[in-house]
Amino acid sequence: MKPSPIERIIGLAMSAAVLMSPAVAAEEAKRGGSIVVSYKDDIATLDPAIGYDWQNPSMMQLIGDGLMGYKMGTTDLVPDLAESFTISEDGLTYSFALRKGVKFHNGRELKSADVKYTFERLVNPETQSPGQGYYAVIEGFDEMVSGADGLSGVTTPDDYTVIIKLTRPNAVFLNVLAMHFSSIVPKEEVEKYGADWGRNPVGTGAYKITEWTLGQRIVFERNPDYQHGTGPENVPYLDKITWEVGQDPSVALLRLKKGEVDILGDGIPPAQFVEAVENPEFNERGMIVENPMIQTSYVTMNVRIPPFDNVLVRKAVNMAINKDRIVRLINNRAVPATQPLPPNMPGHDGSYEGYAYDPAKAKELLAEAGFPDGFETELWSMNTDPNPRIAQAIQQDLAQVGIKAELHSVASSVVIAAGGEAEQAPMIWSGGMAWISDYPDPSGFYWSILGCGGAVPGGWNWAWYCNEDVEVKAAKADAMADPALAQERVDLWRSIYLEIMEDAPWVPLFHSRYFTMRSARMAGDAVLYVSPTYIPMHYEYLHAKDAQ
Amino acid sequence: MLRYLARRLAASALILIGVSVITFGLTFLIPADPVRMIAGRSASPQAVENIRHQLGLDKPIPVQYMNYVTKLVQGDLGRSYVQKAEVSRLIESRLPATLLLMAGAIFFEILIGLPAGILAATRRGRLLDRAVMIFSFAGVSTPQFVLGLLLLYVFANLLGWFPLSGFGTLSHLILPALTLGIAGGGWYSRMMRSSMIEVLHHDYIRTARAKGLSGPKVVLVHGLRNAILPVIAMVGLDIGIFMSGAVVVESVFGWPGIGQLAWLAIQRIDIPIIMGVTLVAAVAIVIGNLLADLTAPLIDPRIRLR
Repeated sequence: MKPSPIERIIGLAMSAAVLMSPAVAAEEAKRGGSIVVSYKDDIATLDPAIGYDWQNPSMMQLIGDGLMGYKMGTTDLVPDLAESFTISEDGLTYSFALRKGVKFHNGRELKSADVKYTFERLVNPETQSPGQGYYAVIEGFDEMVSGADGLSGVTTPDDYTVIIKLTRPNAVFLNVLAMHFSSIVPKEEVEKYGADWGRNPVGTGAYKITEWTLGQRIVFERNPDYQHGTGPENVPYLDKITWEVGQDPSVALLRLKKGEVDILGDGIPPAQFVEAVENPEFNERGMIVENPMIQTSYVTMNVRIPPFDNVLVRKAVNMAINKDRIVRLINNRAVPATQPLPPNMPGHDGSYEGYAYDPAKAKELLAEAGFPDGFETELWSMNTDPNPRIAQAIQQDLAQVGIKAELHSVASSVVIAAGGEAEQAPMIWSGGMAWISDYPDPSGFYWSILGCGGAVPGGWNWAWYCNEDVEVKAAKADAMADPALAQERVDLWRSIYLEIMEDAPWVPLFHSRYFTMRSARMAGDAVLYVSPTYIPMHYEYLHAKDAQ
Repeated sequence: MLRYLARRLAASALILIGVSVITFGLTFLIPADPVRMIAGRSASPQAVENIRHQLGLDKPIPVQYMNYVTKLVQGDLGRSYVQKAEVSRLIESRLPATLLLMAGAIFFEILIGLPAGILAATRRGRLLDRAVMIFSFAGVSTPQFVLGLLLLYVFANLLGWFPLSGFGTLSHLILPALTLGIAGGGWYSRMMRSSMIEVLHHDYIRTARAKGLSGPKVVLVHGLRNAILPVIAMVGLDIGIFMSGAVVVESVFGWPGIGQLAWLAIQRIDIPIIMGVTLVAAVAIVIGNLLADLTAPLIDPRIRLR
């Protein structure tokens, strides 16, 4: 297996704890066996149009497939249910040739009509899909949202051809097609189950659901008819995956030690973190797996609320916060950030140093901005550990330069609501709600959280930052759909984020590293357990050493 | 008796209406928007408003409440915002587990509390009495998640006598039921003790002793029958206490009851489920109180219902 750029970066970031895993990876992966994954929360739904949380996307990707997918452990797009595709010169028309003979779990062959049905169901306002907005670039989207019967931009000249027309070129459209929202679903099953469809999912994927006992377990078994994987021949490896839900993370850890659980779905519980990560036996047996996430946690400064309308103040705050100390505070489960894009994302500028910690310089800037004695403000954060502790650390750092920040620790939904009000929250610590990219593309960190479109009531741009010049460049970058322009496009995005850093609407604080534990019988690279593209795990490639 | 029952039932109905109004009102006081949680972060403002309209959340709150109640009296608790499934079915599938846990908890609290209380009362002021009171104090004041994790660690992890978590067999039930039962047992032993001490002072006990009955017989036959009354009345009230305790204990032991369901719903502001679970819990508490009132005259005919 050739390391992709992502894996190379991951290799650099690996701690001593995971230096074991390459040795494990060298073994020949065998087919067979079954594993148990623990989760605290029950799975909300497995309707691919609806599910959108930490747990279910990768599960839905086992049940269903989209037109596009990713090559294992990489950010390389490959056709999945499509055999091949072409993009017109103007970047507006995508033609997909579907694979023939692909069967849904109910035995019926997948045809182009299913693709059209899936997209129409997704866009239909009745479905209430949280993914709907990603598909807004398809022709006829607005009409269908306002009540038209079908989605005119998706046509099916024959049973195995799907043509999708866009209203404007979009470089990330193939990424969007690889999202679980557009996993192709069979109409007859969706209609048969109605409101219970989310618990009786049917797709074309590598696994079928064989049991769902509410509050207890979900069981997937290998789909014997599955032949269209995007990876090597014998993938998926496992015959059976069981998710046991309702498992308290600390109890799940005890169960893992006893061999009853193979993977901690919620990661290592914070209270046992240091003990587990430093345990020599766990490390020796390769049980600790760790990987950086495509994620950034940041502090927003609402540019509409004085004094944060002054760029000098925003820069001063950037210099006032000691990121290294905060990273230590959370046991190094992160790396300090200098910019919005994380290091494992194309467009990240490794040579850019951002605003170094310099309280003296921060005070100078504050004085220059007209606040020699600082000012009073509010810092909002989510109320679950470690976020209040991090907010306190930020508060202390700000106090050093004279800024008195009052803390508001509230439920995540309350923070989200406050951030979506134009003049409510001057500063927000995004931790716990931090941005995890939907797809591995630099644009994923712009539109909703830094773009003008997100700076609306109910939006996610909590800094209410809107720079017309940046917006034009971003639109230009995302119109560069021609694969030949890919590098140029990434360069443009890099410069966009550096320009944003000049305006300093955020303090990018850190990029999380995700730690979890697996039983000693589990094998494979850490990247499978913290996949950049299949959050949180790439189940299809997980395998057990004791498989026969 | 019938008039009493009718009056109690009417009062219970009023309580339930009150609970539903308050719960409904509270969910709207949360400064968060369930619609945005449904619509996700890619949604346009128009998409958000569409969903708001579909769910009827754009109407005035009193109108929404009336719509809710109209459906409620037809037995329709609505549909989950996130899971989309019918709330009544979600609750139905989880209620048996919670009820089973409660039954187990009541079994243990009586099993622990009554004998401990009786022993303490008959050995008042002596070492055994002190020991019982210390243990009951510890049982009552230990937070349930601490006690639960402790029991799990010792009896499931170290000794391996019970499974670490899950549902299905009797051995799965014992530790979570015991966790709830120990706290209840602590209360019961204290109640039983003071009640028994009081009863043992009565004349008829002296008479029983005077006619030559053995010590245990006096206590168990003549004493217990009278002393147990206030304790039995508590069992009904426990249902309410266990409803709240279940949320914690279910999450420690992976018990698939309504506590787990409520927790998931609260995190995602899934109002229909929050409403449904709260109502079910309120109904349970009302029934529990009613039972407590109704069982009292059966045990002690001196109590008349008016």
